[in-house]
Amino acid sequence: MEIINTVIGKNGLVFAFLCVGIIMLFSTWVSKYVTNKKIPGVAIAIIIGLSLAFLGDEKGISNIPLFAGMAILGGPMLRDFAVVATAMSADLSKIRQAGLAGLVALVMGVSISFIIGVLIGLSMGYTNIESLTTIGAGACTYIVGPVTGTALGASSDVIAISVATGVVKTIFTTICTPLVAKKIQLDNPHAAIVFGGLLGTTSGVVAGLAATDEELVPYGALTSTFYTGLGCLLCPSLFYVILRAIFL
Amino acid sequence: MKIYGVALLAACFLLGKLLGRLLGHLLNINSDIGGVGFAMFLLMTSSIYLRKKKWLVLETEKGIWFWSAMYIPIIVAMTSTLNVKAALSGGVLAVVLGIAATAICMFMVPVISKIGREKSIDSQNK
Repeated sequence: MEIINTVIGKNGLVFAFLCVGIIMLFSTWVSKYVTNKKIPGVAIAIIIGLSLAFLGDEKGISNIPLFAGMAILGGPMLRDFAVVATAMSADLSKIRQAGLAGLVALVMGVSISFIIGVLIGLSMGYTNIESLTTIGAGACTYIVGPVTGTALGASSDVIAISVATGVVKTIFTTICTPLVAKKIQLDNPHAAIVFGGLLGTTSGVVAGLAATDEELVPYGALTSTFYTGLGCLLCPSLFYVILRAIFL
Repeated sequence: MKIYGVALLAACFLLGKLLGRLLGHLLNINSDIGGVGFAMFLLMTSSIYLRKKKWLVLETEKGIWFWSAMYIPIIVAMTSTLNVKAALSGGVLAVVLGIAATAICMFMVPVISKIGREKSIDSQNK
């Protein structure tokens, strides 16, 4: 047992790869066979991650020496590095296809989510500007929240709330899209582009549109791939500065 | 070589972070103001430029694609290291906010869809 501990202790990051791989495998399986793809595997994996954090204290599961590598893999440096890499899938030359409506939807989507986040955060007693910005960013996606929170130095529990908010958004989008599609006239590519820009949670948008009409998926993905980038650009900069100007 | 892609990503990342810090410094805020966003924008523009110049070959791109594919696993690892016990009281906030933000954005779809409907892709295709 001691030998195993030494091997894992000395190779924490590699062990973290194994752990996360198993979590991903399990959550993809649950998504496919238990929820019948109704809830994206990503959302399940994040929920598992959040639940595992309960095993530890301030630093979640990485408080347990065996799992210290999770803090390296999930640390801000590798996280931001990987998030930046996702910009590769957002083809800037395609933004013209999205048209004016797509652009308006993207800007409105990020702004509306952020404003609602700040308002609800305020009403629930959060007054710290960094926390409010992080919560507002979390209302965009579960990536924008932690990226913003770390950049501004928000506390770990606020970042956890912002991730959870983003996950709720993903799940709710996936479940509700097919139910409200008719009501919001989501039955053509143009509306799907607008929908992707407004909602922005790529996994939720893709899963929701797939359940509505498979043909609409690429149109929704077209705009939603830009959303996280735009959120990471606006939330910790312009929106934060505006909030500071209002509250200070 | 794949490392060229990773190096390009690293260059964009560091430059973006630097811009974020500089902006923070200019605004007298001691934090990173939009660094990740700047970095993403740099990666998008530089990859378009390099592709046009035919310098960005598939093998190079693969180095970036690997990290792009790693972002979900990394986010999962991150969530497992957060201070969730202290966040438990904010659970209601997360649920209420997640649902509210989604619902309001969904009902904006028909409003914004009115913009430029004639010129959009669906009419081009039909």
